[in-house]
Amino acid sequence: MAARTPFAIRIAMSLQRGWVRPLLFLCLVITLWDVSIRLFNVPSYQIPTPTAVLFALYTDAGPLLTQAIPTTIAAVAGFILSAVFGILVAVLIAGSRSVESYVYPLLVFSQSIPKVAIAPLFVVWFGFGILPKILSAFLIGFFPVVVSAVQGFKSVEPEMLDLARAMEANKLQIFRMVRFPHAMPAIFAGLKVSVTLAVVGAVVGEFVGSNNGIGFLLQRSIGNFELPTMFAALVVLSLIGVALFWILDVLERMTIPWHASQRHQLIIPA
Amino acid sequence: MKIVSNNESSLRKQATDTPAIEIAGVSKVYRTHDGEIPSVSAVDLSVSDGEFVVIVGPSGCGKTTLLKMISGLLVPSEGEVRVEGKAITKPHGNVGIVFQSAMLLPWRSVLKNVMMPVEVKKLPVSTFEARARALLKLTGLEGFENNYPWQLSGGMQQRVSICRALVHDPKIVLMDEPFGALDAMTREHMNVELMRIQRETKKTILLITHSIPEAVFLANRVVVMTPRPGKIAAVYDVPLPSVRTLDMMSSTAFMAMTQKLRHHFSDAGID
Repeated sequence: MAARTPFAIRIAMSLQRGWVRPLLFLCLVITLWDVSIRLFNVPSYQIPTPTAVLFALYTDAGPLLTQAIPTTIAAVAGFILSAVFGILVAVLIAGSRSVESYVYPLLVFSQSIPKVAIAPLFVVWFGFGILPKILSAFLIGFFPVVVSAVQGFKSVEPEMLDLARAMEANKLQIFRMVRFPHAMPAIFAGLKVSVTLAVVGAVVGEFVGSNNGIGFLLQRSIGNFELPTMFAALVVLSLIGVALFWILDVLERMTIPWHASQRHQLIIPA
Repeated sequence: MKIVSNNESSLRKQATDTPAIEIAGVSKVYRTHDGEIPSVSAVDLSVSDGEFVVIVGPSGCGKTTLLKMISGLLVPSEGEVRVEGKAITKPHGNVGIVFQSAMLLPWRSVLKNVMMPVEVKKLPVSTFEARARALLKLTGLEGFENNYPWQLSGGMQQRVSICRALVHDPKIVLMDEPFGALDAMTREHMNVELMRIQRETKKTILLITHSIPEAVFLANRVVVMTPRPGKIAAVYDVPLPSVRTLDMMSSTAFMAMTQKLRHHFSDAGID
């Protein structure tokens, strides 16, 4: 194996930083995007060029940022509801076989109902405010939290439970000392999925009945055929999702440093 | 060669002391969808205070079931299990259990793992923390109190598990193939360690193993069980001194004992 020059090692180490690789990949995507448009002569009313989108991001920065706020608030509020109620329902399901047999099938059934179809109902019930958006975000984000939390609670090794029971631990002690900490990695996985879905839910709520938010901006720019603005709005939405996901990732690292998934080791290619 | 327990002295002991564990006519039948599966059938065994009894038997002969019944995790279908004279019908907490895998809580430090029974039973923390630290020192883990399980080797994790089984000062320690997951050298070392721990803490230990040499090395008495449904085929006194070293594994008494035990299994057609 040839010895690596110090320069090559520096490059390899800088690639380890979290943001470098996604950024490089993004640059690649943008380049391919631009090249394909030129190569295939795609008209601007079908796909805007990267430069047009970047320009729109710059010129519409004001409205994009102001409209991002209500969307983010609705998404975060909906997510918090999903997290709290999702974990509560999961505790009930994991704790009792009869609750599980009554509730779980109904929960799964409710997932097949498209939330886009129910969202207008919320507007009819609750008006045009932020509540329908929050409810929409909550309903979409709820299920992943329940499923992953139930899995986490139920996947404790039977021998561990035997050990706890032999110590005369009661059910509450077993839950607090064993089941809940054990389920944290699974719960975090569910929360990460849920938070990105909450953003989707907030936008769905805005599509259906709102006059503010990124979803509203998106709809308006589609209606006016302002494709660069539409793409710019999508970029902002993705950034909101990324930011929320990253916050959860940091929380995860602080809460469950003991889990195998959190024990990073600096990998320097030999 | 001093005989560890001859009939006369053990009879005298049993007359005056209540045995630590008494298993009287115990059977266990598991009821499943496919019908009844007998696991253990008509077992009688008496273990005195401070004795080290090892159970050997083929897979599925009900050894683990027996252990669970002693701890109260399972209830016998027939017969009675008594610990210190009291019948056992549910977990009674006067046991420490060590399984084949250490089963440590990965989110807790070594010391907090050892303290788990103290927390569960709501015992005074300061007194028992001193005991926990002393036990960790006894098992050679001093300095690792604040490490996490994933930072320790398999043998070290198993030693933490043993400390946890001892911290609340139980009458009995039950061990289900505790060294099965360790490599051969660590296993031998742990056998010597375990003997030392038992000498110093004077606990009554019931250990299950598949290894005949391990059984002979550790035990005061070896109980041989038949295949399912498990019954006791024989109980042997081990004619070795109470303080044993690994060198004794090549002595004639040791070899003779292991041969006797092996014949049980080859006679029954099990290799």
